[in-house]
Amino acid sequence: MESKKCKGMRDLLPEDMVRFRHIEDAFRNCCGKYGYQEVRTPTLEYLHLFTAAGTLTPSMLGKVYSFLDWNGWSGERVVLRPDGTIPVARLYINNLSEHEIAKLFYVTNIFAFEETGRENRERWQCGAEFLGGTKLAADAEIISLAKEVVHKLALANIRLQLSHAGLVKALIKELKLGPGKEAKVTSRVLDGDWQALMEAKSTRPELDRLLSLLLSLKGKSSGFLQNTKALCQQVSSDFKSSMEDFINITTLLDSLSCNYEIDITAIRGFEYYTGICFQLLADKEKIGGGGRYDDLIPFMSGKNIPACGFALYIDPIMKLLPLVGSKEGTESRILIKGEESTLEIVRTCFTLAQSLREAKRTVEIAFTEREPSNYRWVIAVTKKPSPFVLIDRQQKQRRDVASAAEILNILGR
Amino acid sequence: MGIKGYSNKTRRYRLQSRRFSCLSAKVFQEKDIPIQVAIGNYDLGICGLDWVEELLARYPASALVKISSLNYGEGGVYAVASYQAGISNLDGLLAKRYNWRIVSEYPNLAQVFALNLRMKAFKIFPVWGAAEVYPPDSADLAILWARNENEIKEQSLVPLMKLLPVTAFLIANRESLENKDLSQILSCFSNAIASRNNVVTSPSKVIARSEATKQSHWQAKEIKLALPDGHQQLPTAQFLKRVGLNIQGYTEEVLNRRPSSDLDWLGIKVIRPQDMPLQVANGNFDLAITGKDWLLEHLYRFPSSPVKELLDLGFGMVKIVAAVSQDMPITDVADLRSLIQSGKLTLLRVASEYVNIADKYLRDNYINPYKVIPTWGASEVFLPEDADLLIDNTQTGETLAQHDLKVIAVLFESTACLIGNKDSLDFPGKKERIEFLMQTLRRGLS
Repeated sequence: MESKKCKGMRDLLPEDMVRFRHIEDAFRNCCGKYGYQEVRTPTLEYLHLFTAAGTLTPSMLGKVYSFLDWNGWSGERVVLRPDGTIPVARLYINNLSEHEIAKLFYVTNIFAFEETGRENRERWQCGAEFLGGTKLAADAEIISLAKEVVHKLALANIRLQLSHAGLVKALIKELKLGPGKEAKVTSRVLDGDWQALMEAKSTRPELDRLLSLLLSLKGKSSGFLQNTKALCQQVSSDFKSSMEDFINITTLLDSLSCNYEIDITAIRGFEYYTGICFQLLADKEKIGGGGRYDDLIPFMSGKNIPACGFALYIDPIMKLLPLVGSKEGTESRILIKGEESTLEIVRTCFTLAQSLREAKRTVEIAFTEREPSNYRWVIAVTKKPSPFVLIDRQQKQRRDVASAAEILNILGR
Repeated sequence: MGIKGYSNKTRRYRLQSRRFSCLSAKVFQEKDIPIQVAIGNYDLGICGLDWVEELLARYPASALVKISSLNYGEGGVYAVASYQAGISNLDGLLAKRYNWRIVSEYPNLAQVFALNLRMKAFKIFPVWGAAEVYPPDSADLAILWARNENEIKEQSLVPLMKLLPVTAFLIANRESLENKDLSQILSCFSNAIASRNNVVTSPSKVIARSEATKQSHWQAKEIKLALPDGHQQLPTAQFLKRVGLNIQGYTEEVLNRRPSSDLDWLGIKVIRPQDMPLQVANGNFDLAITGKDWLLEHLYRFPSSPVKELLDLGFGMVKIVAAVSQDMPITDVADLRSLIQSGKLTLLRVASEYVNIADKYLRDNYINPYKVIPTWGASEVFLPEDADLLIDNTQTGETLAQHDLKVIAVLFESTACLIGNKDSLDFPGKKERIEFLMQTLRRGLS
């Protein structure tokens, strides 16, 4: 029977891992500079953590990998983590809730079924969560951190799109559709079908005007939101406060010279978000997103603290990165090659390799006759009284050498 | 269509059309049909829409095409609660926020129902049958098939929502429909569907009525006992009679899902024996009379389960066997292993109702690679076309022989046994009652 990997799963080969680690290193480095601490949550969580109202949409929950654990006779199902944020919120509630502020980051895989098997069912993401703190500054910090990581990765044509989950939810309520229809429109919008909002005409012309503006125009500054606000006065207090919040954040971003595009349709699956939401794109490829989710921790029986966060999607970013060389380039690689496979020569190879590694050199021992070309230095181990021949393949030089110390001396020049 | 010998009394599983030489048919347990058609073992199938939707709820991309309703077998899949839960509609249901226990033969439809209603926390208990007997004490909601709402109400249940209208449905494999010429057969169906008058409505299914008045007493009972329906009902009823346990509503002729006994502290419900170990494990019952086969099936899946065998009751002996087609050139499991290792059989397909027993048996005997096809009854019909090995129970071996199958191994012998929850035995007050019942049952052992 052919040995095949599971449908929708992906092997990461050495070249992929170089890219993966490059992204991870850039992310970890930035998070460290902002004072975030790394956490890791288990792969298995209880399903009810995610079914708790307001965390994931039914369509997302319909695609989780859930099953009964070995002691699951009580019917309690477990899932392969389908989301990065909710487990971190659970981790905070269980372990860190006495802290007024927790700034956490993680690199993790998430699992979601994808019907065709052509897309990944296991996806990797780098995420950061800011739990507690003042809302406005935390929102700006999260956006700034996400942008800094992307900048460090030198990705081209980056766009930051902003929306506001609170504003969208208030807008749907404003349409006064009745409970059944409102739930349907909300579900469609959460699944990214914004046509549902266009179709749901209200009885108020000013609201239709507002909808049409928000859905069709892309603002570039807080002025756009001020204009929209001016056109719609008879709205609920929820709508007003969300709009005010949105304006405050965009004004702050304007003053920080942060470019963005206001597009309320730029979010989907934002069930647990309550405030600003953002999405990062490289050309048309979505490479990350996040937002404010103030209700999530109280929903999960934690204390009432505000929170926001983001995740960068490692898989699409990997595709956009050129192959980044490992730190140890070809120019410094060393290969030790025994002339024969006698016990004495193999032992000498190992001893020499150990001495050079202790001097922080990357050293490999040759296990085949073939000599790959990507080593600058080759050390032949012989039976002669001067046991080593050091070959500099770049300079095309050979010399007999007596000891590891002498080799290090030459390498260090 | 010229198919002879297909009636509810026949035990023939393989049928041939006299009218179409290219048409042969096989009789399966209804729940297995959509799966068999979806994986391409059959071009066409007929089964209730409920089982089709149950499959599609979990595997929406299945290669299954719903062709047409056949306009009989009408009913629906309903979400129901008990009157005693005080819920009369969906709003009432959603107003009560807690960890819902949902019991159903349709676990996938039940999950979709719970997710769409955004239930904050829920547990789904898949059962082999008798879902109607679980609410309100052993489950909060049941998702079940019923002919209509009145039928539900007659069982002291409240229909909260109709999830799905159900009729018998003609289904097809997508690839077969795209690539094969099935037109002659399909046109027979088209004619029948067009002339609805010719469709014979199936006779009313006799549903066991629950005695509503007794439900309220369930929680007051100190010991809760589950008794089996189906094949095990008659020998169990006879055994209980022999030991002097007088149980009303549980005889060969009568099945009350909530029978009563002279012991006022004993609550009894009749459920499927397959479902009992799980129900005892999660504390819905303290005791149950089931087969050792189903106890082992449960314990292999949940090794740390609190369920254990308390008493071997000795009756209802069956052998759990591994069987293959007579044509397969093997006599034991070592031969089977060699056959696979030689590459003559690249993947062993194993049909079984006992998924976990089959899995363990194959692992223990170093049989690899294999896949277990879960079945819901009449598993012997899968061989040789749709499976290579059968793990099933047999009393006399006659049914296996009728299907040209031979036994290559007896896994174990299974008899009826009393199972209990270890935690119940530690519970003050329950222990004495359980010991009294065990003492009574011991009188029936020869």
